[in-house]
Amino acid sequence: MALTKQDVEKIGKLAHIALSEDDKTHFGKEIESILKWIEQLQEVDTDGVEALASVSGATLPWRKDEVTDGNKRDDILANAPHSEYGCFTVPKVIE
Amino acid sequence: MTNLTDLTLANARDALKAKKISAVELADAFIANGEKHNPKLNAYITLTSDLAREQAKASDAKLARGEAGALEGIPLAIKDLYCTKGVQTTAASKILKGFKPTYESTVTQKLWDAGAVMLGKTNLDEFAMGSSNTTSHFGNVINPWKRKGDTTDLVPGGSSGGSAAAIAARLALGATGTDTGGSIRQPAAFCGITGIKPTYGRCSRWGTVAFASSLDQAGTFAHTVKDNAIFLKEICGHDPKDSTSSLNAVPDFEAAVGKGVKGLRIGIPKEYRMEGIPAEIDALWEQGIAFLKDAGAEIVEVSLPHTHYALPTYYVIAPAEASSNLARYDGVRFGLRANGSNLQELYYNSRAEGFGNEVKRRIMIGSYVLSAGYFDAYYKKAQKVRALIARDFTQAFEKVDAILTPTAPSAAFGIGENNDDPIAMYLNDVFTVPTSLAGLPGLALPVGLSKDGLPLGLQVIGRAFDEETVFSVSGAIERAANFNAKPEGF
Repeated sequence: MALTKQDVEKIGKLAHIALSEDDKTHFGKEIESILKWIEQLQEVDTDGVEALASVSGATLPWRKDEVTDGNKRDDILANAPHSEYGCFTVPKVIE
Repeated sequence: MTNLTDLTLANARDALKAKKISAVELADAFIANGEKHNPKLNAYITLTSDLAREQAKASDAKLARGEAGALEGIPLAIKDLYCTKGVQTTAASKILKGFKPTYESTVTQKLWDAGAVMLGKTNLDEFAMGSSNTTSHFGNVINPWKRKGDTTDLVPGGSSGGSAAAIAARLALGATGTDTGGSIRQPAAFCGITGIKPTYGRCSRWGTVAFASSLDQAGTFAHTVKDNAIFLKEICGHDPKDSTSSLNAVPDFEAAVGKGVKGLRIGIPKEYRMEGIPAEIDALWEQGIAFLKDAGAEIVEVSLPHTHYALPTYYVIAPAEASSNLARYDGVRFGLRANGSNLQELYYNSRAEGFGNEVKRRIMIGSYVLSAGYFDAYYKKAQKVRALIARDFTQAFEKVDAILTPTAPSAAFGIGENNDDPIAMYLNDVFTVPTSLAGLPGLALPVGLSKDGLPLGLQVIGRAFDEETVFSVSGAIERAANFNAKPEGF
């Protein structure tokens, strides 16, 4: 399938990545050729095959719903690019 | 005494226990080698020499008191994808430059508990995405090997290229890696050393920077099969912090190495005889088959009919999972933050500035195949083909105990080659990706040299949770091949 510039812009939005005009051209071409290559999966007969999400085969274990960790505010904020008053800070969201 | 950096991990362990050498002198020898060769090879992003000396001192004290752990005093390199408390952990990405975790990954914690010493954090492809270690924000890793009579710098393979190069150049006795589609086995082959990706679930993923969670698996690099067996045992085992880590008991892998292959059935998958694979790779494979036959194994042809579809399946599933996992890098909680006039711009710009092209491309492909209208056609379809690929192996393992294949379709290539076409680069993992999709253990070991004098390797694949047979088969090949060539290109 051919990707239009609008398709590439939409993918950039889904991926939350700002794209320059240059980016749109070269990523568009590369993604298009990779998608074309992936198309070959359509040849495989998968009728009645269940999708495999995990190879482990084990059922995930249950555990008590209780706090096992916590009170690590300063640890969590230690690598924040900006923080104030013990919180992450971001540009104003609501006017 | 031979040069300390020429020891194997097993010999160093025994010499330390016998007090023939001290952990401090062993660490110092590797620190000196690292300081000498790393500026050229760029195998480490961060050297932690002071920490290594401190840990080695503590190891000597424990050895003196007779309280030594299984890896007491063994100097290791850690792939910079494992979070290490207080030590910069970058995943080779600009977006994590300067990130100092406030916690320790389960795998590395287990190593320190076993007495190991950390020499530094090794370079890799950005977020472990690549097969050449040329996507790192911190520069290319140079393979210690060179083609005969040629000075071209070669890639070490990827993504764990720094770890593999560090072992080949004797900058560490062992190194951790991670393998999502071949990231331990292919660099091991390119650097002429041995590495194993155990069964999915053998090791905890907790504290390892996530790429594709249904595929990511910790593993090891070292010089010999036995070294890997000793090392791997220490990072395996259930961890309540990773619900996909297995409850299975961890066997004594070391004991399996010398067991031999008499009576074992070894599968040779006919679909792995691919067009365009160099004759010398085929010849090496035949050589491996002959070694195992001579050692008493029975050789059986097997069929893995969906092999051809493994790479495109992988390049749907891995990017899809990556696009979800990497959503956390948003410039708010950790990592690089770019300016933006509003929150959305801050996200978009931070990710545009912080991620390299390979990572961006994979996140975009992942976002696309998971998006409304394409989910069933791409992602669901790939998961179904993945089920067929896994079933191929299950059926083959009804007839055989292990499978022998080449590790990579070529020897190490020059830096910059294969860069223009992402799909050509992806073909590097044609022999390793199917095993990853099926979650099976795979060990890569060096067997011979190419006509250019570069190492070539074979891969031994086992049943889920049967690393022991993998070690037995690999041990037999190693003894027969007696590979002892050393890199001279650095």
